[in-house]
Amino acid sequence: MATRRVPLVLLACGSFNPITNQHMRLFELARDHMHSTGQYQVVGGIVSPVSDGYGKQGLVLAKHRIAMAKLALQSSNWVTVDEWESQQPDWTETVVTMRYHYGRILKEYEQNSETHYDSNGNIAPLSGPSPRLKLLCGADFLDTFKIPGLWRDDHVEELVECFGLVCVSRGRLQPERAVHESDMLNSHRQNIFLVREWVRNETSATEVRRALRRGLSVKYLIPDSVIEYIQRHNLYTEDSERRNEGTVLRPLIKQAHTPVKSLDD
Amino acid sequence: MSDNRTKVVLLACGSFNPITNMHLRMFELARDHLEDTGQYMVVKGIISPVCDGYKKKGLIEACHRLEMARLATENSGWITVDSWEGVQPEWVETAKVVRHHYEELLATEIDDDVDTVKYVKKRRIEENFEGSANHNRRDGVRLMLLCGADVLESFGIPNMWKPEDIVEIVGSHGMVCITRSGNNPHKFIHESDVLWKYRKNIHVVHEWVTNDISATHVRRALRRCRSVRYLLPDGVVCYIREHGLYSAESEQKNADVILAPLQRYSRASSS
Repeated sequence: MATRRVPLVLLACGSFNPITNQHMRLFELARDHMHSTGQYQVVGGIVSPVSDGYGKQGLVLAKHRIAMAKLALQSSNWVTVDEWESQQPDWTETVVTMRYHYGRILKEYEQNSETHYDSNGNIAPLSGPSPRLKLLCGADFLDTFKIPGLWRDDHVEELVECFGLVCVSRGRLQPERAVHESDMLNSHRQNIFLVREWVRNETSATEVRRALRRGLSVKYLIPDSVIEYIQRHNLYTEDSERRNEGTVLRPLIKQAHTPVKSLDD
Repeated sequence: MSDNRTKVVLLACGSFNPITNMHLRMFELARDHLEDTGQYMVVKGIISPVCDGYKKKGLIEACHRLEMARLATENSGWITVDSWEGVQPEWVETAKVVRHHYEELLATEIDDDVDTVKYVKKRRIEENFEGSANHNRRDGVRLMLLCGADVLESFGIPNMWKPEDIVEIVGSHGMVCITRSGNNPHKFIHESDVLWKYRKNIHVVHEWVTNDISATHVRRALRRCRSVRYLLPDGVVCYIREHGLYSAESEQKNADVILAPLQRYSRASSS
């Protein structure tokens, strides 16, 4: 009997400042890859822009970043934008966001599935595997685990052990090396899916903002609707790039009291 | 206030098999670069897909490539598609395509408003043909060939280009070359006496952010049923799906045929 595929939802957290074609490519590449393993059926994708409390330099208001992501994903029939994280009063740890979405997905799944009773009148297990949620990210993301104070060790462990990562490689970055060089990541390597992007596409939101500041074209790097929105609201100027200048990134403050162990042991 | 900038039309020749966001980016990068110098005003872009007679491996029918290019430029206010080259029965040298479009440009005068086209008097056309010096008149419209640096370097491939065609393109018109990773266009120009002579007409645009979406890669992904969304405009992705283009079979087209320019020029040199 053929094994049923595990329903899978991909969650991408990030600034999306602004969302670019490259962000949307991540979802496409990840879906293709997970399907090709034969074990998963990707049933949804979630873009979760970070809240303003993150304090990253150049971060424009969440309401704009959400609006742009919605415009960009209007034509997608499987990826949506979620505002929960951006609406939280303080910056939210990635793992907390994942727990929230996983709970939501599981609840929805249980409500939609019928419960069966076996011959003894006991509730039989729900048919088919229950859905999983994995974090979708670029290869540079793996390297951020090494930055002191940015991640809680127990969170990283929960992330790779309970959830899992789908990591799309970019440029010359070698995510395999980051996995290899960390005992923690290495021990959970079956739950870290590395996707190779063969097209050298180094479009980044940083580059897009730079081009916009200089009055250069970003057409074909981000959707037309997002370009219009940016022009209409005059986002991404020299001033906007100076926002949060000198501010310490919120995670570094929030997690400052937790002891930090190096992942390289 | 009078505008002393030279009007420029960018012409891109190529397979466009299929057209990708990278091709479209080239136009945007070229326009930004030229206008940044303060000397030029880019008024129009023309995509000219090569005809089937080019015999490149994996080249699908021109009618499809033309339609995809049209879909891709639907939302552009200045980039258009021209089918003159694509419908020719035999392969046409790039220099001839440039010449054809330049003559068309001279026959119509492009105003500040791209949509307004006025017809000039016959006298003006005759004036313009008096000598190649007039091609470089600052008030005349210039036609420049837009391409990747790999096309510039193809000038060095034996039997790919006629030497006089290269002179015509860089001497009488001009080129805008977008550098791809791994190319060194400045070195190539330096090492060629012809290119060096006309270096002022060769504009090298450095693409700082590599956007290397090659059509070859796109065709490979399609053969393997992988997504190409966000690499090409949505309209083109849909068209490819609807018409079932780009399969293992289509990639084998012209597999044992020699590329038209090589065929034509090696025959000539051996006779």
